Amino acid sequence: MNPFETLRVALRALLRNKMRSFLTVLGIIIGVGAVIAMVAIGEGAKARVEESFASMGSNLLIVMPGSTNASGARGGFGSMPTLTWDDLQAIRREVSSVRYAAAQLRTNAQLMSEDQNWSTSVTGTSPEYFLIRNWKVASGRQLLDSDIETSAKVVVLGQTVVDKLFGASADAVGQIVRIKNIPFEVVGVLEKKGQSAMGQDYDDGAFVPQSTFQSKIQGGLQKFLSGTIFIGAISTDATARAEEQIESLLRDRHRIGPGMDDDFSVRNLTEMANAQQEGTRTLTTLLASIAAVSLLVGGIGIMNIMLVSVTERTREIGLRMAVGATPFNILLQFLVEALTLATAGGIVGVLIGVFSAGQLASRFGWPMLIRPDIVVISVGFSALVGVVFGLYPAQKASRLDPIDALRYE
Amino acid sequence: MPIIDLKTVSKVYQMGDVEVRALREVSFAVETRDFVAVMGSSGSGKSTLMNIIGCLDRPTSGAYHLDGQEVSRLDRSQLAHVRNRTLGFVFQSFNLLSRTSALENVELPLVYAGTAARERHRRASAALGRVGLAKRLDHHPNQMSGGQQQRVAIARALVTEPRLILADEPTGNLDSQTSIEIMALFQELGSAGITVLLVTHEPDIAAYASRVVVMRDGVVKSDTRQTPRRASDDLRSGAAQEEPPP
Repeated sequence: MNPFETLRVALRALLRNKMRSFLTVLGIIIGVGAVIAMVAIGEGAKARVEESFASMGSNLLIVMPGSTNASGARGGFGSMPTLTWDDLQAIRREVSSVRYAAAQLRTNAQLMSEDQNWSTSVTGTSPEYFLIRNWKVASGRQLLDSDIETSAKVVVLGQTVVDKLFGASADAVGQIVRIKNIPFEVVGVLEKKGQSAMGQDYDDGAFVPQSTFQSKIQGGLQKFLSGTIFIGAISTDATARAEEQIESLLRDRHRIGPGMDDDFSVRNLTEMANAQQEGTRTLTTLLASIAAVSLLVGGIGIMNIMLVSVTERTREIGLRMAVGATPFNILLQFLVEALTLATAGGIVGVLIGVFSAGQLASRFGWPMLIRPDIVVISVGFSALVGVVFGLYPAQKASRLDPIDALRYE
Repeated sequence: MPIIDLKTVSKVYQMGDVEVRALREVSFAVETRDFVAVMGSSGSGKSTLMNIIGCLDRPTSGAYHLDGQEVSRLDRSQLAHVRNRTLGFVFQSFNLLSRTSALENVELPLVYAGTAARERHRRASAALGRVGLAKRLDHHPNQMSGGQQQRVAIARALVTEPRLILADEPTGNLDSQTSIEIMALFQELGSAGITVLLVTHEPDIAAYASRVVVMRDGVVKSDTRQTPRRASDDLRSGAAQEEPPP
């Protein structure tokens, strides 16, 4: 008897009792459906978190200037400029796992167009900054190295600033913006980056060459870099190594001996991302346990109905044996029935799960993500449940004595 | 060479502490094309004998050659293959699969023989034609009379072209007219080279066999040859004389 015949016989037997078959697999349908829906929405949330970290720039490290220790009162990081422009050059030059390094000098200032004004953060930096943050222009151009050399009075604006100063659909490139009453030419508008996980609007900012920033917007000590250094490591895996190398380089340059506190700190954003993901991972584990329990319950339901079915069809089994079915044929027939039942339940569950996730997502504006591996695993586990819980009834059927089975009333 | 050859076959059942000796050293042979009726009261051992001959059960001791093959020591799967290839069964209660067409019921043994679907169709249709049901291939058992259902069962027994058909009280659930029709069918099979072994407790039915074996207390009590009544003659005269029931 070939596998196709076995499947056909199993399908007929199941379709003969449609209502019963449906009720039997309802447990599996609901279990798989619920898990697919919840995982889809959970994965959607996780993907949104990952995306927001990625939009901050993957492989990103931030070097913050030092803490002060004046007469025992210790200030926080950034309270004193301890990083120098030479430190930045040294990092660029000497740390092998660093691809880009850029200064970020920052202040808040009022920006004015001809008829509007808007207070936003103004950042003085260099072209590498946009590479680190993986940020492209939507129109116009980026800052250039030549802008820094000439301390050009040019500015690149975020989309929110453009909206506030020139209106939503305006083309700002070529316009003049006054910062601290000094006219700057808008040379580029950055593409929209959206909000950070913490609700900060990345698009609300203006970027000028660092040299212009120092000379026109906020003067500072020539030697010290009165801001932070953004670092782009060569890869995500290299961020930890880059962090160590930068720390040892700066301790060396700042002559900090063993056992002494650093006068700077290196922040690693992947740590924050990991903490966020830890939460979603817990959720996934929880979902997996719910899935396991519902599949177990569903499996018991299948076993129960298969046992009833074997008893009901004892005469049929006896007859099949009399006309030449081997015990293995009978075993296979009932096993395939249980397998078909459970797999069909799994597939229907997936469809219902995907559908309800889609409904929920569109209704509440949640992100959702259907992971194909979760779908395959769900259906696979349903099938496994069918085999495991179908084995005992199938074995019981195959061990029937044909004489007794034929006489069974 | 006899198709059935039992030598000193015994069957002992253990019922709790009691040993029941259902068959006591029965030696029994049936020649090809013979039509044998086995009679006996319940508990005489005739069912046990039929189960052993039908390869549904194995003797406790003794030897059983079916169509020249020693089958008394085969395992369950091997016995299933022997049943599939060599034997056909007809039961008192028909044992057709409900909600399944006559054609598919008849195809069932061929499914387990591994016959391809098209060939199964062809042979099952032919077998149903042979029992006079060529026009009822698609009918389900609940749409057919008892006589028609038993014909489907006979077609199912014939479809594998077996050497031996075992019929266990095949007319037990049928009226006398239909019973004669069924017996006529069995008599035709004998002339087509198929051996028929029939269990019955009705002497009227046993009269159509050419040999009657009576069992009692696990042994063969009597074994007689006779000139069989011709069922086809009875049908012709019955049809001429009897009025249809009101």
